[in-house]
Amino acid sequence: MDTREKNIENLKDYKYGFSTDIENIKAPKGLNEDVIKFISNIKKEPQWMLEFRLNAFKRFKILKEPNWQKPKYPKINYQDLYYYSAPKSMKDKPKSLDELDPKLLETYKKLGIPLQEQARLNGIAVDAVFDSVSVATTFKDELTKQGIIFCSMSEAIQKHPDLVKKYLGTVIPTTDHFFATLNSAVFTDGSFVYIPEGVRCPMELSTYFRINASETGQFERTLIIADKGSYVSYLEGCTAPMRDENQLHAANVELIALDDAEIKYSTVQNWYPGDENGKGGIYNFVTKRGLCKGKNSKISWTQVETGSAITWKYPSCILKGDNSIGEFYSIAITNNHQKADTGTKMIHLGQNTKSKIISKGISAGFSDMTYRGLVDINSKAKNSSNYTQCDSLLMGNKCGAHTVPYIKNKNFDSNIAHEATTSKISEEQLHYCQQRGLNAEEAVGLIVNGFCKEVLQQLPMEFAVEAQKLVGISLEGSVG
Amino acid sequence: MTEQLQIDFDKITKSSDISEKDIELKKKYLNKFLERGFPNKRQEDWKFLDINQIIKKNIGDLSFFNDYSETNKIDTSIFVDGLEHNKIIFVNGRIEKIDFNYEEKNMIEINDQLENKVLFDSENSLIDLNNAFTNKIFKIVIKENYSLKKPLVIYHSTNEKIKSKSISLRLDFELEQNSSLRLIDFFSDDTSKNFVNILYSFNLRKDSILKNYKIDKFKNDNLKYSFNNIEQETNSVSETFILSAGSNYFKNEINCNLKGKYSSAFVNGIFSLAENQQHEIRTIINHLVENTKSYQLIKSVLGKLSKAAYQGKIFVNSKAQKTDGYQLSKAILLDETSEFNAKPELEIYADDVKCSHGSASGSLNENSIFYLMSRGLNYQQSKELLINGFLLDVVEKITDSEIKNLIKNMIGLKE
Repeated sequence: MDTREKNIENLKDYKYGFSTDIENIKAPKGLNEDVIKFISNIKKEPQWMLEFRLNAFKRFKILKEPNWQKPKYPKINYQDLYYYSAPKSMKDKPKSLDELDPKLLETYKKLGIPLQEQARLNGIAVDAVFDSVSVATTFKDELTKQGIIFCSMSEAIQKHPDLVKKYLGTVIPTTDHFFATLNSAVFTDGSFVYIPEGVRCPMELSTYFRINASETGQFERTLIIADKGSYVSYLEGCTAPMRDENQLHAANVELIALDDAEIKYSTVQNWYPGDENGKGGIYNFVTKRGLCKGKNSKISWTQVETGSAITWKYPSCILKGDNSIGEFYSIAITNNHQKADTGTKMIHLGQNTKSKIISKGISAGFSDMTYRGLVDINSKAKNSSNYTQCDSLLMGNKCGAHTVPYIKNKNFDSNIAHEATTSKISEEQLHYCQQRGLNAEEAVGLIVNGFCKEVLQQLPMEFAVEAQKLVGISLEGSVG
Repeated sequence: MTEQLQIDFDKITKSSDISEKDIELKKKYLNKFLERGFPNKRQEDWKFLDINQIIKKNIGDLSFFNDYSETNKIDTSIFVDGLEHNKIIFVNGRIEKIDFNYEEKNMIEINDQLENKVLFDSENSLIDLNNAFTNKIFKIVIKENYSLKKPLVIYHSTNEKIKSKSISLRLDFELEQNSSLRLIDFFSDDTSKNFVNILYSFNLRKDSILKNYKIDKFKNDNLKYSFNNIEQETNSVSETFILSAGSNYFKNEINCNLKGKYSSAFVNGIFSLAENQQHEIRTIINHLVENTKSYQLIKSVLGKLSKAAYQGKIFVNSKAQKTDGYQLSKAILLDETSEFNAKPELEIYADDVKCSHGSASGSLNENSIFYLMSRGLNYQQSKELLINGFLLDVVEKITDSEIKNLIKNMIGLKE
C-alpha cells in the first residue's frame, strides 16, 4: 500500500469524529433573558456588556429567520439549544499549559495541534477554543512584549474594556441580520486581537475551534483590530465531532483595519459534514465582515471550505478608506449531501478602492454549491475597480453548481469585470495524466489542485499543506 | 387602485361579449393580482426595477377600462420605410388591421376565438394583470414548411384618444414544423404616462425558426413591460433582439424553454439610455434536454441619471448534458450619475456542460479616446465613434441581413 492509499485509509471516515468525555457546565436549555444574564454573569461581565447582549436580544425577537438562501434546512428550534457550555475544569482558569486537563490536551493532539509542540516547533501562537471557553493561549509573552494583545474575548472584556467597547459591534451591529444578532446576544467566547500602531505581528496567530458538547450551538465572537501601519495574519481552523443531529454554528468575526494596516484572515473549515446519506453535520452560518476604515488599508479573506452540512457565509469587505483594498480567495468543496451557499460582498465607499474575488467551487456526489456575491460600487467611490472570477467544477450529474453574482456600478469612473465558468474535468486532461502513470483518483487530485492553485497560494505555508490534503480527502470516492 | 381595478373590471365584463366561463377565469387572475399588487423591489426578480414605486411616483393613477368597440384611426406615417412587410397594427391596444398581403393565405391561420385559452400560471403578478384585462387573444399559426416571404411588423401605437391609462395585450404564435417567421415589434407612442403590458407566447415546433426584433426607439414617458414565453422543440431556433431606448421605463423579459434536442436560443440586446430612463432585460433560458445551446449578449450605453439592469439566468437540468450556454453583458457609463446593475446567474445540475458568463462595466477608455484625438478627431467625435463600434457588435449578431441594415439605419450606426 503506498502512502497515498494509506492516507486515504486513515482518513476514510471523519478523522476528527471523536468526542471528549469531559463534564460540562451548561446554561439551562433555551433562549431568554435569564439565559443571557446567566452567560453574562458566569463570565463576570460588566453592565455595558450585558446591555449590549440584551439590546441584541430585543432586536432578535422581532427579526425573522431569512429564507432566501439556496440550501434549505429543517426549522431550528432555538429554544431547544444550550447556549453556554464549558468544561468544568475551566472554572479556575489554568495559568499555563501544564495545568490543563490532560484529556483536553489529548483532544488537540488528535486534531493535530498539540499545543506544546505547536507552540515550540511551529512558532505559532494558538488560542484554542474548546466549546465556548478559550483554553490556553500560548506565546503570550512574546506578543505582549510588542504590545500585541491576543487573548480570549472574555479576557479582553475584563482587561481591555475600552478597546472592546470602542470597536465591538461597529462592523456587525447588534441590529444586523438574524444570525448575527443572535450571536450578539448569546456569544460565549472567541478571540480578541489588537495590533498596536506600526507593529508587524511576528508570527501567525491561530485559533482552533472545536464543537464538543452535543446540542450546543457554538457562538464565538472574534474581533481583530489592526491599528495604523500594522500587519497581522490570522488563521482559523474548525473541526467538530460526529453526531447524528445537526448543530448550529453562528459565529461573528469583525475585522477593523485603520490607516495603512493590513489584516490577512485565513480559514480552513472542516466541520463534520454529516454522513454519506446527509444525516447530521454542522450548520455553518457565520457572519464575517471586515472594515477597511483607514486610508491605504487592506483586508484579505482566504477560505477553504470542505466541511459542514450547510455552509452559508459571505466574508465581506467594506472599503471605506480611500485607496483601501479588499480581497477574497475561496475554495469551497461539497461532496455527498453537503450544501454550500457562499461568496463575498465588496462594498466600495472610498475613492481608488480595489477589490479582487477569486472563487473556486467544486461539487461532487449529491451536493449543491452556490457562489453568491455582491460587488457594489458607490457613487462616491471614484476610480475604483473590481475583478471577479468564479469557476465551478462539477463531478457527476447528481450535483449542482450555481453562480449568482450581483453587480452594481453607480460610478462611471470605476471598472467592474466579472467572469465565471462552469465545466467538468475534461476527458483529455484525465487521459493525459493517466497515460503518464497516474490512476484516476490521483489524476483528479492533481487536476483539482491545479484548479484551486490560485487560492491555495494565498494560504500561509502550514495551512497550505493541510488544505491541499483536505481537498483530496473531501473528494474521496467521487470519481469513477 | 384596488377600487379602480374592480370598477374597470366590472365595466369590461358588462360591456363585452365574454362568456361566463372566461369571466370566471379572468376574475380568478384579477384576484390573484389584487392579492399581490404591482411587483416591488422586495421581490428578487424586481430588485433593480421597482415598478410599484415607479407607478406611484412617475406614472400616477392608472385606469384599466378600454372601449374596444370603437375603431381607431391608423396613422400611416409610423410605417417602416424601405422594407416590404406584413402588418399587424395595434392602436391603443386594439387590433385595427391584420395584413398578410405578401403571403399565401392558406399558409397562415389567424384565430381570435380561442377555445381553450392557455393562460399562464406564473408567480409574476403582471402576467395575472394581463390575463385579467387583455381583450382578445389572437393566435397566429404558420403552417408546416412555410416561411413567410416578408417580415411581419407589429406596430404598437398609442395616441391621445386612448381611454385608459393602461393597456394589456396578448398574442400567441405557433410555428409548425419547418416554418419560419421574422417578427418586428415597433413601438410608437403619442401618449404620456401609460402602462403597456405585452405578453407574447411562442410555440416553436420541430425545425422552425423565429426571429423577433423589438424596437423601442422613440422617446416617450410610458412604462412598458413585455414578456416573451418561448417553447422550443427539436432543432428549432429562436433569435431575439431588443433595442431598449425610447420609453422612460421598460422591462423586457424572455423566458425560453429548450425542450427539444439541438434547439438553440439567442438573445441580443442594446440599452441606449438618456436622462432619467430606467430599463431592464431579464432572461431565463432553461436547458431541459441535451445538446441545447444559448447565447446572450447585452450592451449598454448609459447617459445622465439613467439606470439599466440585466438579469440573465441559465438553468441546466441534470438531463441536459452537452449544454452550451454563454452570457456576456457590457456597459459604458457616460456620466457620474448613471448606474448599471447586473445579475448574471448560472444554475447548473449537469456536469458535461460548457457554461460561462462575463460582465464588465466602466467608462469609455481614455486611451482609445486619446488615440482617436491624436488622429484629428475631436472629443465628441471620438466618443461617438467608440460607442458606435461598441454597439455595432450587437447589431452584427442579427442573422437577417435585410433587418440588420434596417436597424443599423434606425439607430444611425455606421460600419
